[in-house]
Amino acid sequence: MATITYVEFDGTEHTVEARPGDTLMSAAVDNSVPGIDGDCGGNCACATCHVFVEGALAGGAGEEERDMLAIADDVRDNSRLGCQITVTDDMDGLVVRLPMGQH
Amino acid sequence: MATPITSAGDPYAVALEDIDMSDPSLFERNLAPAYFERLRKECPVHYSRGSDCGPFWSVTKYADIIGVDKNHKVFSADSAHGGHLLGYEMWFKSDPDLKLPMIIAMDPPRHDVQRKAVSPVVAAENLKKMEVGIRASAQEILDSLPEDEPFNWVERVSIELTTRTLAVLFDFPFAEQRKLTRWSDVAMSIPGDGITTSWESRKAEMLEMKSCFERLWRERKTNTGGFDLVSMLATTLDDSAMNPDEYMGNVVLLIVGGNDTTRNSLTGSVLALNRFPDENTKLRANPDLIPNFVSEAIRWQTPVAHMKRTALEDIEIRGQKIRAGDKVVMWYVSGNRDEEMFERPYELIADRARARNHLSFGFGLHRCVGNRLGELQLRIAWEEILKHFAVVEVVGEPVRVYSNITMGYSDLPVRVKRY
Repeated sequence: MATITYVEFDGTEHTVEARPGDTLMSAAVDNSVPGIDGDCGGNCACATCHVFVEGALAGGAGEEERDMLAIADDVRDNSRLGCQITVTDDMDGLVVRLPMGQH
Repeated sequence: MATPITSAGDPYAVALEDIDMSDPSLFERNLAPAYFERLRKECPVHYSRGSDCGPFWSVTKYADIIGVDKNHKVFSADSAHGGHLLGYEMWFKSDPDLKLPMIIAMDPPRHDVQRKAVSPVVAAENLKKMEVGIRASAQEILDSLPEDEPFNWVERVSIELTTRTLAVLFDFPFAEQRKLTRWSDVAMSIPGDGITTSWESRKAEMLEMKSCFERLWRERKTNTGGFDLVSMLATTLDDSAMNPDEYMGNVVLLIVGGNDTTRNSLTGSVLALNRFPDENTKLRANPDLIPNFVSEAIRWQTPVAHMKRTALEDIEIRGQKIRAGDKVVMWYVSGNRDEEMFERPYELIADRARARNHLSFGFGLHRCVGNRLGELQLRIAWEEILKHFAVVEVVGEPVRVYSNITMGYSDLPVRVKRY
């Protein structure tokens, strides 16, 4: 298990218990965290699970993911798609920030 | 002139290889769902010798459609290869000067630059500003409806609301807003379909639209500061990133994209709640379901039936050998009824789990840029409909349009009762 905190654009925090094997997208959607939609169900095909992350995760986007981030709004150096980050136990305590809206 | 084909009413009366899903009459007669069901079962990646649109592959399963849609390196949407719609080459055969480049028919990197210029207008921040205006429009439109007297919901509500929204988006003169509706219909028409009568008259109307938007572009190029779409396009990019033809193409794209789609989802949502009265009861008892219902209605209606790609290299899908140069059609309207993805796919279920996973906006780079604006209008419309009317009753059969692209209605007779 890993405790993940999602911080909405307005500062509202949501803390969820994610299981190993979840992604940052599925853990949010399964726990009804507003601000992450995951419209394509984790296929890296829509960019509606856009999140901002810190540390080593920030630079980890692969080619498909970068292609999709190209159509997201407010993309920054630490932008990732939540569906492409699989939760591991050592992510316990991770804080993820959300953009103003998914698009 | 397109040759209307009359496919058989029973999909099993046709040899598999003779099925031609480009036949617009299949959609007008609402036979397409049964045809697609057969294809999903017997031949989910199907080759058609085609008709006016030429030969093409049909991809009918949800997972395969996502696979094609996200693989933009192999499956090109570029106008240079034949564009993004079945009728693309047919439309421009006689009118090459109307073949305008637009982001939906453009590959990266040019696509990405121009999409970035359009995207902010329909992103979260701007939508917040538009919400009040859309709600006021919805209220005014619903207030004006007659009670206990049948009227055409398409004309009085769906077209009116989406056209007003579009006029705001383009900062288009209020008194002339129905021109936007007309141009959208004309842009997607095949002469003889009830919208236009000949390729010449279609062209004349498209040129009228072109000159109108060229004038607006010139005015707003120098008068900076506007946050409408024309101003954004005229001032954000220089001519090397978006030339005048591309500007015009993108304007056409956004008029059509903002018109036909939400219009038909709004009409479809009324029809669906009448077909599934238990869901109507459920929604009225719990209006918090509206956002989920909106996604589900967009799946159920699937206002855009397909998008086309051209394979740039040989590739196999489900054992079918697609060759470089082949046309590949993703039938969203079929994938949204895929039994392997959606339980009871033909039913509208207001509280369907994961309703957002539908294909109606497409996936990948060309995913609908205005999807959030469409959802916003539908959400507001339904919040207001539930407040205004105790009953919204469909009192006659819908009239569907003759098209293999637009899944829409020209008439839905409705009667309303206020509280």
